[in-house]
Amino acid sequence: MRVIRNALAALAFLCLAANAFAAQTGAVTIDNFAFDPPSLTVAPGTKVVWTNKDEEPHTVTSVDKDASFKSAGLDTDDSFSFTFDKPGTYKYFCSVHPHMVGTIVVK
Amino acid sequence: MDTINSATQTRRGLLKCMAWGGTGILWTVSGGVPKGLGLDGSALAAEAGGFSFVQVSDTHIGFKAEVNPDPAGTLQVALGKIAALPTAPAMIVHTGDVTHLSKPEEFATAADLMKGARLDIHYVPGEHDVIGDDGKGFFERFGAKGATPGGWYSWDQGGVHFVALVNVLGFTPGTGGTLGAAQLEWLEGDLKGKSASMPVVVLAHVPLWPIYPQWGWATGDAEKAFASLKRFGSVTVLNGHIHQVVQKVEGNVTFRTAMSTAFPQPAAGQAPSPGPMKVPADKLRTVLGVRRIDYAPATGLAVADTTLA
Repeated sequence: MRVIRNALAALAFLCLAANAFAAQTGAVTIDNFAFDPPSLTVAPGTKVVWTNKDEEPHTVTSVDKDASFKSAGLDTDDSFSFTFDKPGTYKYFCSVHPHMVGTIVVK
Repeated sequence: MDTINSATQTRRGLLKCMAWGGTGILWTVSGGVPKGLGLDGSALAAEAGGFSFVQVSDTHIGFKAEVNPDPAGTLQVALGKIAALPTAPAMIVHTGDVTHLSKPEEFATAADLMKGARLDIHYVPGEHDVIGDDGKGFFERFGAKGATPGGWYSWDQGGVHFVALVNVLGFTPGTGGTLGAAQLEWLEGDLKGKSASMPVVVLAHVPLWPIYPQWGWATGDAEKAFASLKRFGSVTVLNGHIHQVVQKVEGNVTFRTAMSTAFPQPAAGQAPSPGPMKVPADKLRTVLGVRRIDYAPATGLAVADTTLA
């Protein structure tokens, strides 16, 4: 009985750990001159990774300069990541193609 | 022979000119109103007192996608066309996107290649030239002597006033190009002392009229610039950015975008995105090109676009 209880506890721990890990990353694909998904909601502490699948270079640039996430020019298949610690709504755009806009909601 | 003999105003001269123009356009601007060239070639604008110059645009050095893995090679073809002109142009104007990703090595390669033209070159930046550093790398290498701190400048040449504008900095979400209050104020002052009969050529990367704002093919505050330009009899706006020839005439202002020397883009709204347009390798040079502009006081400006084919 004790063994089973321990096993269950371990399983629960693993599940929690897996959930926690899943909540810690988010992905945005850049394709066809658009951020996909255009709006992504994540928990605080989540690392968001943007990957450019376009043949055009793009950037990920926060609208609010104080939020200070700003990638270099991302060529095809290049990635950029940023970890969002504080809750809030973070709007960003591509500084090369400013009609491309996206949002990260942290809550 | 596939070059313009700008000193020849005969029918043969015109035919040569049109051959250089290939499938491109051939227009003149007289008193601000463009018209097609007559068959007698009388509008060819390289009489005594005139001069010619060449527009090169969107060289995208560093681009390596499938449609053109060698933009340095196609730029060299373009420069070869210019070098083969029987009368050397007075200068080249490069309307931006010199590089693809604003990398130091791309700027270096582009500068080396352009130097090979052995001509005076006037640059304006494209948005691909100012990624990540607000244009620092670009202006260090290609900035004009005597330019304003913002990088824009003007000069007079052969009776024409040239204005080189920067509309790729200060992008804000959802907009296209932006000139900004400081530049608009400078432009007003720059034009103030000029005679209204002096032709004005305006250079900028992003089109100064709304071709397709959904793709960023527009400059939000350009209208304010034209308030300063409206008293002039002839205004010619030369843009790049969209990698194809589009033109429009509004009053005394003629707008023209240019072909790229690197890769084509789809016509406005004709594809899901404005990304590079795929064409068969043996067709690539038919959609790349350069532009020659002749000016003579009596006839005004004559423009010929030619492909690299």
